[in-house]
Parts: sequence; C-alpha cells; structure tokens
Amino acid sequence: MTRPLLELDHVTLAFGGLHAVEDLSIAVGEGEIVSLIGPNGAGKTTLFNLITGVYAPTSGDIRVAGRSIAGLAPHRIAGLGVARTFQTLRLFVNMSVKENVMAATYGHTSARMWQSVLRTPKARREEREVNALAEEVLGFFSQRLMGYRWDQPAYSLSYANRRRLEIARAMATRPRVLLIDEPAAGMNPQETHEITDLIARLRDERGYTILAIEHDMHVVEGISDRVIALDHGQKIAEGSFEAVATNPLVVEAYMGRGTAVTKG
Amino acid sequence: MSTPNDAPPRIGVDEWVARSGERRDRGSGPSAAIVRALERVGWWQRLAVIAAIVALFPLLTSSDYAVRVGVNTLLLATLALGLNVVVGWTGLLDLGYVAFYGFGAYGFALLSSNQLGSSGIHLPSLLAIVIVVVAAALLGLLLGLPSRRLQGDYLAIVTLFFGQIFVETVTNVAPKVTGGPNGVVGIDPLNFFGLEVTTTRGYFYVLLIVTVVIMGALHLIDSSRTGRGWRAVREDPLAAALMTIPVNKVKLLAFSVGAAVAALAGTIFAAFQAGAYPTDFDTPFLILVYAGVILGGSGSIAGAVLGATVVSVTLELLRNPSQAATLFYGLILLTLVVRVRPWRKLGAVLAALVAFGFAVHAVIGAISASAVAGHPRSGGWVGDALGSWVVVPADPKGPGNIAFVVLILGLVALVQLKGTARTVLLVPLLYLAAFVWETRLVAEASITRQILLGAILIVMMNARPQGLLGSKRVEVL
Ligand SMILES: Nc1ncnc2c1ncn2[C@@H]1O[C@H](COP(=O)(O)OP(=O)(O)OP(=O)(O)O)[C@@H](O)[C@H]1O
Ligand SMILES: [Mg+2]
Repeated sequence: MTRPLLELDHVTLAFGGLHAVEDLSIAVGEGEIVSLIGPNGAGKTTLFNLITGVYAPTSGDIRVAGRSIAGLAPHRIAGLGVARTFQTLRLFVNMSVKENVMAATYGHTSARMWQSVLRTPKARREEREVNALAEEVLGFFSQRLMGYRWDQPAYSLSYANRRRLEIARAMATRPRVLLIDEPAAGMNPQETHEITDLIARLRDERGYTILAIEHDMHVVEGISDRVIALDHGQKIAEGSFEAVATNPLVVEAYMGRGTAVTKG
Repeated sequence: MSTPNDAPPRIGVDEWVARSGERRDRGSGPSAAIVRALERVGWWQRLAVIAAIVALFPLLTSSDYAVRVGVNTLLLATLALGLNVVVGWTGLLDLGYVAFYGFGAYGFALLSSNQLGSSGIHLPSLLAIVIVVVAAALLGLLLGLPSRRLQGDYLAIVTLFFGQIFVETVTNVAPKVTGGPNGVVGIDPLNFFGLEVTTTRGYFYVLLIVTVVIMGALHLIDSSRTGRGWRAVREDPLAAALMTIPVNKVKLLAFSVGAAVAALAGTIFAAFQAGAYPTDFDTPFLILVYAGVILGGSGSIAGAVLGATVVSVTLELLRNPSQAATLFYGLILLTLVVRVRPWRKLGAVLAALVAFGFAVHAVIGAISASAVAGHPRSGGWVGDALGSWVVVPADPKGPGNIAFVVLILGLVALVQLKGTARTVLLVPLLYLAAFVWETRLVAEASITRQILLGAILIVMMNARPQGLLGSKRVEVL
C-alpha cells in the first residue's frame, strides 16, 4: 500500500449507550478503491458521517494526509479534500443542475459579495472558471448529464441521474478522498454496470482515493482493490473481495440477519 | 443560454420527454405568450423598461396623494427585496426584520434632528445614511450570532422577540433620546450636496433609484458565489456544509444584507415623513412585508417588488368602502370562476344566488319593514346594485355579528362536505358573506383589510402556490 491518505485510528462513536462505531482502525492508501460492506445498521453511513465531521468521534483520531480532522467543522473537512455523496439523496433540489455543481466550489473560490456586485475582473474570472469546472465535471458523465439538463431544476432529474449529480457535485469540491454511499442503489442492471466503470474512471482519470459503501456484490467485486466488512460498528474482516466474501464471520453476519452474501 | 443544442428537440426522444414539465408549466394562451415574449428580452432590459415606465407615473398624475401611495409602495418594495434575501434565498424565518427598518429610521432621525445635544445633530444625509446602514449591517451580524445555531421555529421566535424589544425600547427606554411614544419629530429632509429633497415626487424618485439599484445588485449576487451559497443553505444546510460552504457565515451575511437594506429604507422613510414613531415598526407592518414577498413569489427579485406593489395598492384601495366592495365581490367571483366547474354548475350557482337574495329580501321585507330598512354600507355602484338584494336591517350591528359567527361555522361545514351538498350550501353561504360584508365588515376598515389580505393569500396559495413570479418549489421527492 502507498502512503495512507485517510486514516482512522481507534475511532469510537457512541450514541448514548449504543456504540455505532467501535474501536475502528482503517487506512486507505492514495489512489486506492476500498469498499465497505456490512449488513443494514452495521454503521457504514455513520462512519462516513464521522469522517466528514457530521459527528465528532467520542474517542480516537481521524487523519487526512497526516493531518488530524477529528472535531473540525464539516465545511473545513470538505475544504481539506474530503467529499461525499449521500445514501438518501441530499441535492439542492430547487437549484438547477449546474448550480448544484457550482455551489460546491464555494470553498475553493473567494469572490466576495461586493466583488460580484461590482463585477471586478477577479470576480468575473473566477465565475468563468467555476462555470468551466461545472461543465467539465458534468461532462464526465457524458450524455447522462449533458447540455439541456444543466438549466433544469435538480428535482426534475431521474433517480439515477440524481445519484450521478451527487457524484458530480462532490467532484466540484476538488476532493482527494471521495466517499460514495451506495452509488448503485435503485439502479437497473445496465446502470449498475455503468456505475462500476464510472468508479474506476473516477480513480484512473481523476486520481481520487475512493471509499465506497455498496450492497451489490457485483459492484463490490468489480471496483475494489480491498474490501472491509463491518458489523455492529466493528471491523470483522478485511482483504481481497474473495477473502472477505468467504470469511465465516462475514457470512455469519449476513446470515444472522437473514441475508447471504450473494452476487446480485 | 448555455445549452449547446438549441434546435427544437424531436418528439418522443429523451430530451423532448425530459422537457415536458417545462412546456406544461408555461402553458398556452395569451398569458403564456406574454411570458414567452418577456423571456426573450434580457433581465436588464426589462428592468430598464419597467423603471422608465414607473418613472413616468408622477408626471401622469396631478394628485400628490397618488404619488404618496407610490412612495409607500416603493418603500414596501425595498423592504420586500431585503426580506427576500433572508427568507426567500437563505430560508431563515426572520420575524424581527421590521426592527431594522425602525433602526434605520430612528438612526437617521437622531443624526438629522434637534433630538440629541443642545442644538441637535445635523449630518449631511449621505453621511448619516452610510453610518446608519453600516451600523444596521453590524447589528444584523450581532443579532445573527446567537441565532446562527437556531433553526426554523426557534429562530422565528427569537427574532420575533427582537422585533418586540425594539419597539419596547424606543417606546419606554430612554424617552429623552427616542421621544418615547411620541417618537422623534422635526427630522431634516434628505439633502445631497446642498440639494434638498422636499417634495413627495422628489422622494418618489430617490426611492425609485434606490429600488432599481438594489434590484440590480441583488440580481448580480443571485447568480454569484454568494447567491448560490445562500440558496444551497436554504435547500439543505447539512449538504451545503459538506460541500465546503461555511453555513453559519453565509447565514450571517444574509442577515446582515437584509438588515442593511431595511435600514436604508428606514432612513428615507424617516426623512420623508419628517418623523419616526414606534407604531410604524410594529408587527402588523411586518405581516405586510411578508405578504409582499410571499404573494410575489418567495425567492424572486421581480416577484418581491410586484408582490409589495399589489399589497400596497390593495390596502390603499381598501380604504375606500366602495373600492373595497369591488375587490371583495371581485375576489369571490374570481374564486367561483376558478374553482366551480363545469360552467353549467357555475351558472346554476350564480343564478341561484341572485334568486335566493331577492327571495330572502322579499320574505324578510314582508315580515318586518325595519329589517330591510338599512342601506348597504358599500356605497357606490356596488351598494346601489345590491340595494334590494341583500338584507340590511336598520340596526345592523347585532345581526351582523351573529351572522359573522354563523358564516365561519358554515365555512367550516363547507370544507367537510362533498358533492351536491357542498354546492347547495355554497349559495346561502355566499349570501351570508355578502350580508356580513354589508352590515359589518365595510364599517370596520382596519379589520377588513387584514381579512381581505388573508383571503388574497389563501386564494393565491390554492391557485399558484409559488406566488406571482416565483418558480415552483419541490419539497419532497
Ligand atoms: N444520530 C443517531 N442517533 C442514534 N443512533 C444512530 C444515529 N445515526 C445512526 N444511528 C444508529 O447507528 C447504527 C448504524 O447506522 P448506519 O446508518 O450507519 O447503518 P448502515 O451500515 O449505513 O446501514 P444501511 O446499510 O442500512 O445503510 C444504526 O443502529 C442506527 O440506528
Ligand atoms: Mg447506510
């Protein structure tokens, strides 16, 4: 593994008596794609919330490129290069598709209100750059998010396209680490297949380090350099897809809840 | 437009399907044609044309009163523009907004009158305005600080308190400074580089310029980094934060901008009426500003101005009983035309209503002459037309009050009913509404104005929830 970009160091998060994440240590190397699996309620989304600063860890430390981010405000963590998508979509639904993406450039732009009003050269240049970035990011999804859709409100997009827009918006924050929460949820087989390719492209063309939560084992197998399995907020297995999928603890965790680790 | 392919999309193809909502929203017919024509003209051109037309208004009327209404309208429009930033764009329910208007008025008053010191302070207007507006912006920040963690209901209540505290303070604390309930009088008129603004028309033009400049500035902000930040925070504060937007800072800025705009309006208002009185900044006025923003379409610049205009002009019309009656019956008729379908049913309801009225009038007149001895309070042609249709007793107060209660119970029942029963009940209820109006409501102008304004908002909510110029908002998917 290369130098770890994202490190969780004995992280615990307690909601009252419930330990949603318990003594969890994870390291994700630069340029790696790691999948996070586990039964419902295992604490996967909660882990994303911890990394992005929605919750501060009860104990332990989280580092990005060696810098501790535990306890920082969410917008600061995002500014340090950690972006995410939401399992339950949280787009700015009453803004246009393009504005959704442009809004996410707030952190790495600096035009003040008065500069925008006076249309100073700096404000205009920055606005052009933001526009270009938004179009380029949306262009990454080729025909799916092209052209005429840009000025439409985000609510008018299909479910699959809203998932794509979530990724586009995260890309506009200029992340180093991209956390993707169930990108293939609710997608048809063809679209699921596309997502697998897309995630690979996100790393290969964009150089993002990716941590993805996914239930679809085809996708997990297709994208992962490494798989980590969680249950009850604890890491129960880690390694190659084959190793984790056949690990007795993982099988039991899924069986115990009435679902097997099956493909599809 | 940034769309690369401007050619009309092919029917049945993905894009054509995707745009069906757009086509439906625009609709067809003359109003849609006007909308389409306006859309072809740029925003700035539209602003310039409308401003030029409004600038002609004082030249076309010789009535100082009409221009005065214009001044009040522009004040309300400016206030609505500022509130739109806070409520419409950033989604913060600020119920203390009018306090900043008052702060501006009192601030200007103290810096431009004999109130402070032995010979008073008389700063040049521009200086006084800048000082007051900057102070208001800072006060907005200060007020925003404790409120920034508050969400929704809590923020509303805390800011409402702030609004009340302002009124209490200027009324009761340090009456030597603020003049207590009598306010500050003898405020200097606006003067710019030796030029004094003393006429109503003068203030109209000052305010027109202010309104247009603010509209232009807000339009530029709307499509900038700041505007996107505000709207993102309105849509989803958590997602906004995770997309690098410093939510608290962005909220504070919105508060501050709103406060500055309100204070600016306040300074001109104080100079215009040469006085600042606590009652001008009470909650009822806040309701008017909100009504303007909501009616015009929360989130739309032109909407805020149009909404404020409608509210201001409507309230003015309601001062005159005959005009108020026209509005009242017009609103009822409009609602019937929109809501009662098909046309045959509408015709039947109207015919039944006319017949019902004459019958009731005849029957009651035969029983007791004094019960129909009164004259409709509406006056004007409406009053004359209704003379032998609506029953007005010689002493209308008692029956009017009872009828009012019955009317409300009837309306509650109406909502519960369905089908034919509903249509049948509608006829006597409409007649009862006319009765209540003619016997009681016209005489109580202050109450009637509020009720009618409420009715307009309710009709609006049903007919066009996004407001006159607002765009459709989707909450849940
Ligand atoms: N804010 C909170 N307060 C209390 N408990 C919480 C909170 N957020 C999450 N939990 C609990 O933490 C546990 C983990 O939830 P989480 O959403 O992380 O699961 P998940 O692994 O993402 O599951 P799924 O696959 O269904 O998305 C659950 O038991 C949940 O009820
Ligand atoms: Mg989850």
